[in-house]
Amino acid sequence: MTANLQVHEQCSSPMLPAVVHIRDRRSEAPGVFTLAVEPPSAGWTFRPGQFNMLYVFGVGEAAISLSGDPADRGTIIHTIRNVGSVTGALDRLRVGDALGVRGPFGSSWPLDEARGHDVVMVAGGIGLPPLRPVIYHLLRHRSDFGRIVLLYGARTPADVLYGDELDQWRQRADFQIQVTVDHGSPSWRGPVGLVTELFPRCGFEPSRTVGLMCGPEVMMRFTIREFLKRRVTEDRLFLSLERNMQCAVGFCGHCQFGPNFVCMDGPVFRYDRIRSFFNVREA
Amino acid sequence: MTDLALLGAFASHAFLEALSEQHRMRLASGVNPFRAAPGEYLAREGEPAQAFYLIQSGHVGIGTHLGKGGTAPIQTLGPGDVVGWSWLLPPYQWQFDARAIDSVQGLVFDAAWLRDQCEQDHELGYHLLKQLLTVVSGRLAACRIQQLDIYK
Repeated sequence: MTANLQVHEQCSSPMLPAVVHIRDRRSEAPGVFTLAVEPPSAGWTFRPGQFNMLYVFGVGEAAISLSGDPADRGTIIHTIRNVGSVTGALDRLRVGDALGVRGPFGSSWPLDEARGHDVVMVAGGIGLPPLRPVIYHLLRHRSDFGRIVLLYGARTPADVLYGDELDQWRQRADFQIQVTVDHGSPSWRGPVGLVTELFPRCGFEPSRTVGLMCGPEVMMRFTIREFLKRRVTEDRLFLSLERNMQCAVGFCGHCQFGPNFVCMDGPVFRYDRIRSFFNVREA
Repeated sequence: MTDLALLGAFASHAFLEALSEQHRMRLASGVNPFRAAPGEYLAREGEPAQAFYLIQSGHVGIGTHLGKGGTAPIQTLGPGDVVGWSWLLPPYQWQFDARAIDSVQGLVFDAAWLRDQCEQDHELGYHLLKQLLTVVSGRLAACRIQQLDIYK
């Protein structure tokens, strides 16, 4: 409900896209690119974990997570993987081109609840962009949190996103970062293996840890097991789900997940509140 | 870390934590510290598997060679991990390469001695095998997920 109020405050109608222009575009990895677009209105804000609906005129809309710095009011950042007709059309847009934006929509990562806790983020593949705003927030308010850990799994070394930023963050003594790839290369010096295998290599205090996960659901299932094995309780585990979101305001029902709509009640959910649906094969 | 410190940390290695004090004492009588420099092989595919390593610091890459294509890295092991179970099963030959990525320190058992201990004390052998099976099971599960290529 909070998210919808936010949309209404920032847009004339949550169903009406604002026309914005692309300010910058960069390739991140094969098939993955980042668009920087102008905000739809002055004072436009979002909370880490939320998403926008991006509309390519004449093609269609896609739900894309916000992956920039929430404190940067001047630019909206989206990192997108080209996997279909809309994201393919987004990939073909260039600086200066126009697109439609609706949003921000959805729930956000529990940054207030995480204050005073260790924060362990586990990302897989294109699951890192929705967590990047969290990283910016945590680093900006570093003293409010305990240990900060990022465990990130990518397919190959070439698929690792935000390599330069990861290198910068690694320089900090107060931020543990571990990156692993499923398929290494002879020149890759980092770990090879599943992201869950990084757990023993990072230090956090389970009794005061909040776990944030984003990635393929099978990865998150195994990640949840690792957290639970270390006695991080279910009410302190949060995950971002992806479903077929079309209207983004709970009208169409395409993203229904049990009694929830992922577009409105999610995409970020507390694990204990969706556990019974998360483990249903057809949900 | 000195040899004494390495041996002192013996009981706290994750692999041995589940063993009884009695079994740990027995194993302690045959353990030695080891160090490997970056690039040094702990195991080479096809060669006799004469050792069982417990890593205490540093990282070890498991891989297989691709002929002219170099070595394909398969998995990275770190502190708390063990290297190898080929020493336990005939024909006692390493199935994969294990190579130090950075400076590695840990503990090593002579494989023949360890097999002998397991034969003499089946309870020790059972618990050691159960621990190894936990490791194998975890690595198999990880490999299965990796095989799914979930980030594709």
